[in-house]
Amino acid sequence: MTQTKEPGAELPLQVQEDVTIRFAGDSGDGMQITGNQFTSTSAVVGNDLATFPDFPAEIRAPAGTRPGVSGFQLHFSSKDIHTPGDRPDALVAMNPAALVVNIKDLKPGGIVVVNEGNFGANDLKKAKLETNPIEDGTLEGYRVIVVDINKRVAEALADSPLSSKEVQRCKNFYTLGLMYWLYSRPLEPTMNWLAKKFAKRPELVEANQKALQAGYNAGDIHEMFQGQYQVPACNDLPAGTYRNILGNQAIGLGLVAGAAQSGLDLFLGAYPITPATDILQQLAAYKNHNVMTFQAEDEIAAVCATIGAAFCGKLAVTSSSGPGIALKTEALGLAVSVELPMVIVNVQRAGPSTGMPTKVEQADLYQSIFGRNGEAPIPVVAASSPADAFDCALEACRIALEYMTPVFLLSDNYIANGSEPWKLPRMEELPKIEVKFRTDPEGFQPFLRDEKLRRPWALPGTPGLEHRIGGLEKEDGSGNVCYDPQNHQKMTQYRQDKVLSIRDSIETPGVEGPESGDLLVLGWGGTKGSITSATNTCREAGLSVANMHLRHLWPLPNGLDAIFGRYKAVLIPEINMGQLWRVLRSEYPEHNFLSYPKVQGKPFMASELVERIKSILEK
Amino acid sequence: MTPEATLTKKDLKSDQEVRWCPGCGDYAILNCVQGVVAKLGIPRENVMFVSGIGCSSRFPYYMNTYGFHTIHGRAPSFASGIKIANPDLSVWIVTGDGDALSIGGNHLIHILRRNFDVNILLFNNEIYGLTKGQYSPTSKRGAVTKASPYGSLDNPFNPISLALGAGATFVARTIDSDQKHMARVLEAAAAHKGTSFVEVYQNCVIFNDGAFDDVADKKVRSDRTVDLVPGEPIVYGKERDKGLRIEGFGVEACAASDASVWNAGIPSPAPAMLFASIERGGELPDPIGIFRSVDAPCYEDDLHAQMAAVTEKKGPGKLEDLIYAGDTWEVK
Repeated sequence: MTQTKEPGAELPLQVQEDVTIRFAGDSGDGMQITGNQFTSTSAVVGNDLATFPDFPAEIRAPAGTRPGVSGFQLHFSSKDIHTPGDRPDALVAMNPAALVVNIKDLKPGGIVVVNEGNFGANDLKKAKLETNPIEDGTLEGYRVIVVDINKRVAEALADSPLSSKEVQRCKNFYTLGLMYWLYSRPLEPTMNWLAKKFAKRPELVEANQKALQAGYNAGDIHEMFQGQYQVPACNDLPAGTYRNILGNQAIGLGLVAGAAQSGLDLFLGAYPITPATDILQQLAAYKNHNVMTFQAEDEIAAVCATIGAAFCGKLAVTSSSGPGIALKTEALGLAVSVELPMVIVNVQRAGPSTGMPTKVEQADLYQSIFGRNGEAPIPVVAASSPADAFDCALEACRIALEYMTPVFLLSDNYIANGSEPWKLPRMEELPKIEVKFRTDPEGFQPFLRDEKLRRPWALPGTPGLEHRIGGLEKEDGSGNVCYDPQNHQKMTQYRQDKVLSIRDSIETPGVEGPESGDLLVLGWGGTKGSITSATNTCREAGLSVANMHLRHLWPLPNGLDAIFGRYKAVLIPEINMGQLWRVLRSEYPEHNFLSYPKVQGKPFMASELVERIKSILEK
Repeated sequence: MTPEATLTKKDLKSDQEVRWCPGCGDYAILNCVQGVVAKLGIPRENVMFVSGIGCSSRFPYYMNTYGFHTIHGRAPSFASGIKIANPDLSVWIVTGDGDALSIGGNHLIHILRRNFDVNILLFNNEIYGLTKGQYSPTSKRGAVTKASPYGSLDNPFNPISLALGAGATFVARTIDSDQKHMARVLEAAAAHKGTSFVEVYQNCVIFNDGAFDDVADKKVRSDRTVDLVPGEPIVYGKERDKGLRIEGFGVEACAASDASVWNAGIPSPAPAMLFASIERGGELPDPIGIFRSVDAPCYEDDLHAQMAAVTEKKGPGKLEDLIYAGDTWEVK
């Protein structure tokens, strides 16, 4: 850490490479907005960043209680980073519940900003506290900044025409201003955002802008902090144009891209479900992009309408989360049987059953690969980060259209609501997806396959191609209902071979680190950031550890066998009880796979992975 | 509608052998539908039959049009996606009492309220046939079936009341053995813009033979049914000498000369509901014909109009604009 002094500045300005902060408050305190604003501003400043919001499923859990605490963690850096950070350097706690729920995560010696205005006897009672944590030693070992934000905001907005209740709603912007000062962020991006957001209510624009400025000034004037930090722009990122992107947003854009690159209209059939709803909402706004959205009466209707749209030549998509996917299961079997292209998005959440709707888990891998009656293979693609979700959505569209098959696209709650800088693709770089509709009646048979085992896509409305499809077994070629034993064996084999042949169209994933050695850490989905950080740390410590990440979970890419054979063991950290681990043990029985399961509704911390890797290598 | 391409019934028969039980009412319905569709003036490639699961749901295999034999109860959902994707198709949903009213009850009410421009043919035989004889959601309370050896405890649905309650814009009932009546009703259903719901009394010769004989048998039909024909007096009987009229909150018998003139087009479903509530096998004749036929916007038309309006206002969207939206920055 270097110390400089800006000309005229009263306090020292310290340059820091890497900062993690967490905003925590009541779910009604606006912590998500605060976090998102800090994120946008840091993006504009040019930091690399990663975010992780953590909020309750309840819209407004009882105010002041521990279950009602909403958090937003942001990691911003002047170097290339991969995770939202293990432990925050600074914590903002808007009330006692937020403080006690989060304080154990704060780094020793970290900064904690506490809103004293919400630490009255009643507030402590709501948080089930007998003593005041500001005074009872809870905060020992931290740099504690106690501010009565309620009072400061009231003072700053004394002249405002707003009611005192509305004035108090500006607290989060005061807090944001304070943190902007601490980390030397410009106010303009948020000032502009407020002006736009509340354009119809100028008094709200003024009040929130004033609160933001007052918070900033307080940092400057009151010398609450020992100094100010600066996190310079990150120069490690590849050159290009960037924006900050959430995982769900990236999926929505990737699907629109899939439609644009294949020249098809996009159809989305969906039913609202956390944490996938954003995709429906986003696409519903794209009415001028040839995007049709259908909010169905239930999950089953959503997938069935999607299959209907696929029959009629749309790029058909349904989006949901685990419990909704369970409901779609029977229809997905039909999609396999009639061999129509579609993408099924599963933004996974913690299960089983309703589970923990706003918490992360990647435990729907079995559901995706195996979860249907009969032999019903469906390819599976999984995004590893918010920005990667764009490429994966496009890839899922490619596989679906190229192979006439339904495709699972897996994301999770951590990717969906997390964000990171996304290097925007140039339009001419995006892959084209070739689609051919059958129009020639000569020799047409609905289940006559080509060299890639694909059947023709013949759209209703095409003269001379009238045909019937359905869930009953079909005769090879004609597609007529057929119960012949040998035919069923043949058709089942075709469907399996077609899906397995997709592996010839995908690249073997690359390995980071030594080409052979003691340990390969293998991941899939949202664990990529933590695994990358952890294995980097291990390699820096001289350990023989490589890492690899799978985007295609079914079929598995070619070449894995040879890679696995170059390491003494393969460690598979998963936010489930070892689902990929079991799949790999059955596919590659000769290798030594180790499972590291974690199911706490939270992502892996890089540090816990480092510990596990070290303990394995010590043995 | 002026027919552009005249089809014959034969053009609409597929090359698949029809495999319903000999004597099944489905044969008569298939025959009638082929006759009606042939005369619509719609090219064969623009016709699509969609079905769920059950005896009736094999229907699409026997039509030489596009067809989709889907999964149990969900045909309306598939049809919704199909109509959104291609509003030009003439879509026919073929379903049964179990398919439409039990496992698919949810989808039925929702397609009715959305008013997609499709035709729904509900073959009601008051029994589960394909699974060999269990009580269905239209079986009478007390029905003795394989799954209810001591009598069913379920109260049956009245399909017509259900459709009216869900906001259906066209609701009708016909009888498998009355080809002329069925053809008239199906023609009206096809002409209706919006969801047309047609209940067909269909005899299951194996598991529920004669279920509708009390009203549908040729010998009693003219006295035991009354045909609701929009714009005509509600009269019935061999001699057309008996009538029905609306009185207070009910329907009562009267002389033909005093019969109400049937109006299926008023906004309120209340009069239709009065006729739907007449209990089959009671004193009054069982109403068939057209209970309701009103104009209302269709979902797929509204959706495409909304897309056109937004495109008109904002201009055709470009992927690049979506990707490069919001705050962006350069890394050099």
